[in-house]
Order: sequence, then structure tokens, then C-alpha cells
Amino acid sequence: MNTSSPILQATGLVKRYGRVTALDRADFDLYPGEVLAVIGDNGAGKSSLIKALSGAVIPDAGEIRMHGKPIRFSNPMEARAAGIETVYQTLAVSPALGIADNLFLGRELRKPGILGSIFRMLDKAAMQRQARQELSELGLLTIQNINQAVETLSGGQRQGVAVARSAAFGSQVVILDEPTAALGVKESRRVLNLIRQLRDNGLPIVLISHNMPHVFEVADRIHVHRLGRRAAVIRPDTHSMSDAVAIMTGAMEVESSVA
Amino acid sequence: MTQPNRSDPHSIAAHEHVAESSAGQVAQFEVETLSLGQRIHRFFHANPTAAPALVLIVSVLAFMLLVGERFLAPFNLSLVLQQVTIIGTLGIAQTLIILTMGIDLSVGAIMVLSSVVMGRMAVDFGLPPSLALAIGLLTGAACGLLNGTLVTRLKLPPFIATLGTWNIFFALNLWYSKSEAIRSQDIEATAPLLQWGGTAFELFGARFTYGSILMIVMFCAVWYALNWTAWGRHVYATGDDKDAAELAGIRTRRVLLSVYIVAGIICAIAAWLLIGRTGSVSPQAGYTANLDSITAVVIGGTSLFGGRGSIFGTLIGALIVGVFRNGLALAGVDVLWQEFTVGMLIIVAVTTDQWIRRTSA
Repeated sequence: MNTSSPILQATGLVKRYGRVTALDRADFDLYPGEVLAVIGDNGAGKSSLIKALSGAVIPDAGEIRMHGKPIRFSNPMEARAAGIETVYQTLAVSPALGIADNLFLGRELRKPGILGSIFRMLDKAAMQRQARQELSELGLLTIQNINQAVETLSGGQRQGVAVARSAAFGSQVVILDEPTAALGVKESRRVLNLIRQLRDNGLPIVLISHNMPHVFEVADRIHVHRLGRRAAVIRPDTHSMSDAVAIMTGAMEVESSVA
Repeated sequence: MTQPNRSDPHSIAAHEHVAESSAGQVAQFEVETLSLGQRIHRFFHANPTAAPALVLIVSVLAFMLLVGERFLAPFNLSLVLQQVTIIGTLGIAQTLIILTMGIDLSVGAIMVLSSVVMGRMAVDFGLPPSLALAIGLLTGAACGLLNGTLVTRLKLPPFIATLGTWNIFFALNLWYSKSEAIRSQDIEATAPLLQWGGTAFELFGARFTYGSILMIVMFCAVWYALNWTAWGRHVYATGDDKDAAELAGIRTRRVLLSVYIVAGIICAIAAWLLIGRTGSVSPQAGYTANLDSITAVVIGGTSLFGGRGSIFGTLIGALIVGVFRNGLALAGVDVLWQEFTVGMLIIVAVTTDQWIRRTSA
């Protein structure tokens, strides 16, 4: 897998908040077709790293490359336009709106012709059709009414809607922030399957999670973040969960960060 | 999904069938079917205008029994429509703002200020009536811009921002009008266009004004904008969960600002209709209009917590208040009991909203 070049790469990222250094020359690599988990203790700088990659934070120093070309995001919209979609822990869905409305929130489709250009009329039929298609591709067909308010869905289904949105628009990378944190056992399982499915469809995934069993179950590689930088990159088949925790806490050092 | 599917009518029917044939399955039956209350809740949750519409129908029927034919006469019913024109129009503006989880205490003051500007421009300065009208509409837009700027830039809570501008606009109105009304005859002589909203026509024994027709057209236009344009979806999303909307890529500050400006323009249109209805311009008019417009919105089922509600609910809400006031007056009930009843309606409406907003009953 590592013979190909990284799709998203960061080198020497630095981010300081006053006297706190959240990112201390952090590196990051994501290769095509993989699930890369990012783990780290609270305050290790995971979210700053992810925010830098998704455009929510502008790093003070360092470089981000996409397909080898240097890029700079000054806001999340730019990252999104470049094909990087983020599913936030809070999901960023609008509870009272329907599933299709949520899927296309902020990028609505308009009808062709003057209905769309002058009367700004939404093409609801097309949006509903595409939303249904997207959900069924992800095996979320149990959601029957595409206009059902998102607040009437279960936690896992809501997560499914948020993931479907990112899959529908994320052409390059999907970043998932703690997707199973608020879910029960059964629903977590469903979301993990969803992650595998996205990867099998060819989308590289960045998975931020505190849940070691989940990380070891779906990740191809695990990026361990410690003290604002990448401490190691390990593989689930070469290292154990306790190794990962040891690296996270500094009890164990790994010489080479190329797994 | 392995969980019981509660919204599928087939599974409900199937389980009712099972429950009929075997008494041993009662526990299962309780888990998997909906009680009558749950079904009612679900219906009202999915149809926000259903509850106010039901109240309107029941109140019309009640007054028909109480007052008799006089109440149901086409002329009387069209009178109710005329009576709610101003509050209904302000209610459109108020609904937009409440949908964004805001509140606008200044709608009445914007209306009065705009009407004074229209009247003075036409009568005192002799501008062409259409120009005077346009300047009045711009005044409303400017007031809305000020409200929107206070809310989006200074991050003031809408309640506080518009409490302040309410007083400011009202003071400006007294200053600019020199606390003097403009007489109906003067407007009629120089600027009959400003009284256009009061022009009436008869249809099937009912008497409609252009103003009330324009109000209904505006309700339809705003309904279209809210339900069939991206802007409308963004208004709902911003009021529903502002942070989520922002993360989803909506520029919520822009949405909010546009809502306040549109609301200001609608208030200025209400000013035009107010001149049509009363014939004159009075700086003392519309003092209770702020709270009356909020009443119409709330009785119409729009949630004060934002993101939920419908524009036609507000029309129905205004009509409910109009029907009660008209019906009670015809029944010879003292005016104070009209106020009492409106108060009761507000409390019942908000209680119902609290119940409906719960996602699971």
C-alpha cells in the first residue's frame, strides 16, 4: 500500500495558542484506499491536527500537500471544495429538517431553466432521488422516508446521514471525528461497517477515535499522536492495543515511524 | 434495523392481528404498537399547521353556535380578514425572525416610522406617491439592517437589540412626525396611492380590500421562499441549530442579516397597508402591534426556540385571534374578556408546542 504516494500529507505542522503548543512539528500521511486511525491522549493535539487538515485551523508553520501539491485552506469551505469532507462529532445536522434536506444542506440543487435561475426553485425530486441512492449504496435502506425529520432517527441513523453526506460530496478524503462515541454497541457496529464500506468504495478515511477495539477493528494503519506530534505509526497486526496505549502515554518509544 | 418499526402501518396492523388471536402476546403488543396519543402526537409533529387549523375550525363552529348567522355572514367573515391584515402582515416578518430563534420587538415601531416617512414625503414634501412609498420601504429595510447588524455583528441577543431599536424607532417617529398625524383628506388629495390598500371590492356579499389580498399574496410568496428555495432551508437550519448549520457550510450571519432586512421591508409594506386601512398617518398607531404579531406567530404553532413552524400557521394564528375578538364582540362580551381569551390561547398554544416538539411521546 505504501508504494503509492500519499493522497494527503502534512509535514512539520506547528500551531500555537498563546504559550500552548498544540502542534509541534507534526507529520501526517494518508494513502489511497486506507482507513487511518488517529489516536492520542486528551490534549495530544489530535483535534488541532484534524482541524488543520479540514481547514478549520490555519497552522502557523508547516506544509500540507494533496496529491503532492502544496495546498492552503483558509476555511472549511475551501477544504470541502478540494474534496475533503469532515463528519464532526456533533454531526452538524439540522434536527428539524428532513434527511434529503440535510444531505444537501448548503449545496442545494436548483431546477434547470428559469424556475431555477430566476425563481431559485429547489429541485426537490432530484435531491430526494440522489439522497435515496446514496443511502442505499451505504446500506442504510432501513430509513424509509427520505423527508423524515432527522430528530426522529436513532443515533446510529443520524450518524449514517452525516456519513452519507460526507461520502456523497467527499471525493478525496473523509474525516470522521469520534463517530461511535455516542452510540450503543449495535449502532457502533453499523457505523464501523459503514466505514469499511466507504473504504471499499475507494475513499480514504481518517478516523479519530478513543475506542481502541473499534480502532483495531477497522484501521489499516494507526497514527499515534503524542505531545503535539506523531509519535508512531503502527499496524493493528504488528502491535497490540496495550502497545498503542503505551506509545500514547510515552511508556514505549517506537524507532521508525514507517509501519 | 432490527428494532420494531413504529411508523410502518403494516406492522401495526400485523401486531393488532396477532394480539387479537393470542392473548399471550400482550406484552409484545404494547412494545410494538402506537397508542392513540402517540399517533396523534406523530401527526401534529409532522404537520405543524394542523393544530392551529383545528383550533380555527373549532372556534368558527363555536361562534356559529354562540352568535348565529350574524357571525357566519360573508360580510362579517371578510371583516375579520380585514381586521387581521396589519397584524397578519407583521406576523410574516415576525415568523421569519422567530424561525431563526430570534424575536423582533420593533416590528410595530418600524411600521409606524415607515408610515410617517411615507406620509410626510408625499404630503409635506410633495414627492410623487410612488417615490414616497419607495422611500418608506427603504426606511423599513434600513431599520431591519440596523437590527440585523446589532444581532450579527455586535452579537446582541435579538430580544435586547430590538428592545433598544423599538424605543429608538419610536422616538424617531415622534420626532420626525412632530407628534402630528397626517389627515386622511390630505393624503387622499396628494397621494391616493398610499391609501391603495384600503380599496375595497365586493364578491359574493363579502367585502375584500386590496390590502388583505396583498397580505395573502405575501404569505404565499414567503411560503414559497421558505419551502422551495435554498434560502428558506437555510433560515430553518440556522434557527434549528446555528452551529450545525455553520459546520454544514451555511453562512449563518448572512442568513440572519437577510432575514432582518426582509422583515424590515415587510414591516414597511405593513405601514403602507396601515395607511390604507386607517386612511391617515398617526405616529401613535400600532403601539400594541409588536406583541400582537408575536401572539399570532405563537398561536400559529411556530416554536419560539427556532427552526420549527410554518408561515401559514401565522395566518391561521392571526385569524384565530381575529375570530375570537370578532365573535366575542358580536356576542356582546366585554372587551376585557377578549384580552383574557387571547391570553388563554397563547398559553394553550405554547403548551401544545412544548408537547409537539418532543420527539417521542
